[in-house]
Amino acid sequence: MNTVRSHVLISIDAGTIMAGARAVQAELVEEIKRKGLSGEVAVLETGNLGVTGMGVVLVVYPEGLYYANITKEDVPEFVEEQLLKGRLVKRLLLTQAPKRFVIRREKTGLTREQPRIVLKNCGIINPESIEEYIAASGYEGESKALTGMTPDEVINEVKRAGLAGRGGAAFPTGTKWEFGRKAPGQEKFILCNADEGEPGTFKDRLILEGDPHKLIEGMVIAGYAVGATRGFIYIRGEYGLSIGRTERAIADARSFGLLGNSLFDKAFGFDIEVMKGGGAYVCGEETALIESLEGHRGHPRNKPPYPVVAGLWGKPTIVNNVETLANIADIIRNGANWFKQYGTPKCAGTKVYTILGHVATPGLIEAEMGTTLRDIIYEYGGGIADGKAFKGALVGGAAGAFLGPDMLEVKMDFVSLKEYAAALGSGAILVMNEETSMADMLGSVLHFFKHESCGHCVPCRLGTARLVDIFDRVVESGAKADDLDRLLQISGVMKDTSFCPLGQSLHLPVSSCLKYFRDEIAGS
Amino acid sequence: MDREAILKKFEPELRNILYILHELQDRNPRHYVAKEDIEACAEYLSVPYSYVHGVTTFYTMFSLAPRGRHIIRLCDSPPCHLMGSTSVLDYLKKKLGIGVGETTADGVFTLETASCLGVCGVAPAIMINDEMYGKLTPERVDGILEERRIGP
Repeated sequence: MNTVRSHVLISIDAGTIMAGARAVQAELVEEIKRKGLSGEVAVLETGNLGVTGMGVVLVVYPEGLYYANITKEDVPEFVEEQLLKGRLVKRLLLTQAPKRFVIRREKTGLTREQPRIVLKNCGIINPESIEEYIAASGYEGESKALTGMTPDEVINEVKRAGLAGRGGAAFPTGTKWEFGRKAPGQEKFILCNADEGEPGTFKDRLILEGDPHKLIEGMVIAGYAVGATRGFIYIRGEYGLSIGRTERAIADARSFGLLGNSLFDKAFGFDIEVMKGGGAYVCGEETALIESLEGHRGHPRNKPPYPVVAGLWGKPTIVNNVETLANIADIIRNGANWFKQYGTPKCAGTKVYTILGHVATPGLIEAEMGTTLRDIIYEYGGGIADGKAFKGALVGGAAGAFLGPDMLEVKMDFVSLKEYAAALGSGAILVMNEETSMADMLGSVLHFFKHESCGHCVPCRLGTARLVDIFDRVVESGAKADDLDRLLQISGVMKDTSFCPLGQSLHLPVSSCLKYFRDEIAGS
Repeated sequence: MDREAILKKFEPELRNILYILHELQDRNPRHYVAKEDIEACAEYLSVPYSYVHGVTTFYTMFSLAPRGRHIIRLCDSPPCHLMGSTSVLDYLKKKLGIGVGETTADGVFTLETASCLGVCGVAPAIMINDEMYGKLTPERVDGILEERRIGP
């Protein structure tokens, strides 16, 4: 076996590809050859390294040095200095390297680092290599579940772990599976919701691009537990790289006998298909997603019956988010107790966030449940960019809540945020500095909802339009006495009467924004 | 690939409708779903014309009108908005001389807005056909448009 002295891991994800990562990668390989280093340095492809918006990003091991904004023209210098002579190329070096660990703050105020769960392999293994995933203990959870556990034992382990759905609704995953298992029916389905459309959220894309096998393994285990034999992954049409890598991973898993008929010589078989979406925000809602998968317009359905009873083609269907399913393999492999050491007593595990806007290092992070907003912004996000002050954050995407400066100490988990009538939602954290116009931001949210309302029910179709009318007039010519209260009233009615979560959720950004920034908006 | 060949790739089941529409639109050099496409799709899947029309118009990725060689989709959701998408949109409108939803007279560019392209880390962003461009400034827009105009 050949050994090399240095590894260069280059991130190939949708963000770096647009900055020219493929060309940089090719040039690196060529330049290393020209310098005669081919036997000493290996260039490997991996998923997102946790940094976004900084062009082509790579990391050099064993030193663990991060380089960003590397262009094709920088490659000769990088190879000459870093790889041949072992000297730093300071102008390209990323001094504030992203946190690749889950940081825990102890009572003493010290921080401790713990390994990640969901993003464990992202930015480390080659997502297009099933061998690398297996080498990183991949498919051990599937093998353990299928060969040593009954479906009820699997469900109990997930229930004991306290895993709650990561798509935003936080429904207990084990309980959902139990309902699915008990639901009468010969044919059942596992449906993975990868129609990630919440503005500011792209964690699922980066999981699919960085570690697709983790999702597949989680789905097989889910299928075994519930008694389903077919799975579907509904991916946004815009996510070309995710679709390609997931399809590749499915084909590889089939050829390795980890997906398909009679897995591990058992009677149980499970197979997965990828479905490409057509671009509709409302299809993130589970029943709209099912309608779309069946070939209809993506209008939400009446609930009940819930999909666990009557979902895809009227059959019992478990709908889980990508991140939820990506937790499963490790829960089964390591056990519920291991999982519960992360997070808070009421909310176990970690959460993957995309942190964006005016922070120094925007990107993809994984933090324990219960980490404060302050730690997420200042420890993981590197603080506010350009030394400016924090003004507010929009947490949970467009359907999320605005939080003001006095909310920096709030613990980020499903239970704590609920006390403040906020929600963790999809895990998008959009940070705004002191110069941001909150009226402009709220306006953007309202326009977004008006565009994405599917038109199925009256409160949402008319409500979003009226909100935009009123708000645009406020911005143009100032607020009349009752304008802002009218916004609260209309969005409140929408919350109570809209057919699906799309219309119901708009009250949250409206009310939270007015709670913290009412004076500013009234005077705009 | 001709229309019949695309249809034949899929079982005549309703669940394949989005796949079929994606492929029919992709094969059309003007990037749209033509009336004949809808007719053929409806017949193949044994559903009314109005049904396929309804599905096609529901999803933003499909167009019923001919579009330019290159489709520019500008993300205008809150993260891109915060990072200045409005000024990029204004610049694109001025530079191309068209509004949102319109196509340039030479048939090269169509300008559309989209809701969150999922690349918020490099906001503000646009997508041209299948390719993403992020961290946009007017200067960068100039370069991209020129590259596209002379390119395939």
